[in-house]
Amino acid sequence: MEKFITLNSKAVPLPIENIDTDQIIPARFLKATDKIGFGNNLFKDWRFKKDGTINDSFVLNHKKFKGAILIAGNNFGCGSSREHAAWALKDYGFKVVVSSYFADIFKGNALNNGLLPVQISPEFLKLLLEIIHINPETEITVDIEKQLISINGSTAIESFEIDSYKKYCLMNGYDDIDFLINKKERIEAFEKKLA
Amino acid sequence: MKKTLFDKVWDNHVVETVKNGPQILYIDKHLIHEVTSPQAFAELGQRNIPVFRPDQIVATADHNVPTQHQHLPIKDALSKNQVEMLTNNCKKHGITLYGLGHENQGIVHVIAPELGITQPGMTIVCGDSHTSTHGAFGSIAFGIGTSQVAQVFASQCLLLSKPKSMRITVNGTLKNGVLAKDVILYIISKLGTNSGTGYFVEYAGDVFESMSMEGRMTVCNMSIEMGARGGMIAPDEITFEYVKDREFAPKGNDFEEKIAYWKTLTTDEGAKFDKEYYFNAEEIEPMITYGTNPGMGIKINETIPQSNDASFEKSLKYMGFNKGESLVGKQINYVFIGSCTNSRIEDFRIAANYIKGKKKAVNVNALIVPGSQRVAKQIEAEGLKNIFETAGFELRQPGCSACLGMNEDKIPSGEYCVSTSNRNFEGRQGQGARTILASPLIAAATAVEGKLIDITTQLN
Repeated sequence: MEKFITLNSKAVPLPIENIDTDQIIPARFLKATDKIGFGNNLFKDWRFKKDGTINDSFVLNHKKFKGAILIAGNNFGCGSSREHAAWALKDYGFKVVVSSYFADIFKGNALNNGLLPVQISPEFLKLLLEIIHINPETEITVDIEKQLISINGSTAIESFEIDSYKKYCLMNGYDDIDFLINKKERIEAFEKKLA
Repeated sequence: MKKTLFDKVWDNHVVETVKNGPQILYIDKHLIHEVTSPQAFAELGQRNIPVFRPDQIVATADHNVPTQHQHLPIKDALSKNQVEMLTNNCKKHGITLYGLGHENQGIVHVIAPELGITQPGMTIVCGDSHTSTHGAFGSIAFGIGTSQVAQVFASQCLLLSKPKSMRITVNGTLKNGVLAKDVILYIISKLGTNSGTGYFVEYAGDVFESMSMEGRMTVCNMSIEMGARGGMIAPDEITFEYVKDREFAPKGNDFEEKIAYWKTLTTDEGAKFDKEYYFNAEEIEPMITYGTNPGMGIKINETIPQSNDASFEKSLKYMGFNKGESLVGKQINYVFIGSCTNSRIEDFRIAANYIKGKKKAVNVNALIVPGSQRVAKQIEAEGLKNIFETAGFELRQPGCSACLGMNEDKIPSGEYCVSTSNRNFEGRQGQGARTILASPLIAAATAVEGKLIDITTQLN
């Protein structure tokens, strides 16, 4: 897994609540057997109209908003366990998703793919969305080591939580499989105890 | 120290606690299907790691299979490839597969309980969020992502932080015609879709104690729709009776020994939960949803609430409904009875009991999709097939079908579907499709009437 370091980027605002993984990547695109190319179908039915033409009113199609940070409404990633949602966001170019709340499975999937979910207070989320709407060029800094998210050119800053083990994995590019296969003897001993 | 049911099962499976970090949790049973497993097998291949415990994995094809002509090759090339890849991966790694054409094939959350694979006190995972279903047996069961599928392949373990605990107690007696589906839709409508995030739920009280295993599975299945990773119900005589004599259930003395252990799997008197909610059974009525998440539910005879929230308004616009509107009388052209929530024999008995002697309305396309080959056989053996077909319902072969808009079974854009499935998200049943979640009874009544009716007037 790619190492996560401090990110400085513009951000895309998506202030909709309860965005489920069916919206992030509809089920009809889950027929692939690899992890490549899901970005093309990210938010497919919001980015494109039924006839396949671009939906100009959707924020990802606004030229003024760009960047590797997605700022979304409360309870992002609810619903299906499909990891394809994390793959699609990452493949599209996002490295951080910011929300006031994340669904459990999505959060785990994101972390396992080097996509950092940053959970902030509803007040800070509101402020971020306002500032980006006023000035889409605003840059946001996400510092994983210090666990801080700040708005460049302002004093606005907030800390965020991350499991210390997961933080270590992200910063070093390690994943759970590496960790678990090194525990094989412990696991086998546990199985003997169970039997 | 007083323990909850969840604590007991969890603590029994902790291999090791990482200092200042997560715990290594041992997984007893790993269920896999064609959609969320190929990339996990590929991950193992890239790292040159074998599957650690193939005997503890069971596979089936369900999400991406057609529900008619299953004896013929799958028409859609991508779906066919995915199903074949599952077959090849299972063969290569020595994993039991109940694929298309096998008598045990069906929706993963229907077959594991009916085969006796699901048992009390187990830890069960699957790359599918509705794995919470198996909690009905007093097991810890939850959905995982594909990276975690690979972790379980590699080590039969997961690295997890212990979730917080919640208990939802429903006491009293349910009214006539109020089913397990109504109970869970009611709870989610009261608590909201993220109320359970970070929690594992225990359902307790009179209502769940007297509920059938099928009903308990419906309830636990939808735990994820309030954000909870899983939900569980303490095993009791109803559980033991259900598990007894099933193909993979322990037999004879082994079974008696297991029962002695399973009986200890209850929450200790005085054990503390991080959150508790109480509801009265008498307050619950037959439920429907009106919006685009499962928390947007009302009693069938209530009106859509008022709210000026932007997400709420976006949702109503998608559904084509108005604030303050009643949905009784709304014409419905599609009815789907199936999915891992409601495709067990009891669900079809309820539907057939209502449909018997009636015909479906001419405007309705009514799809009946059994959860498994075994359920399909039982539908035939009990004479339900005849009832459905005489009434003009289309009885299909087992699979996830119209629940998720992935296989051939989709609802056309703009159309309403009264569905016994679990999610009413935008486009869930097909691009532009509008889903109204309900019980098998409301679904059956809608198919017969061609519109939503206030079922309570027929029940009293």
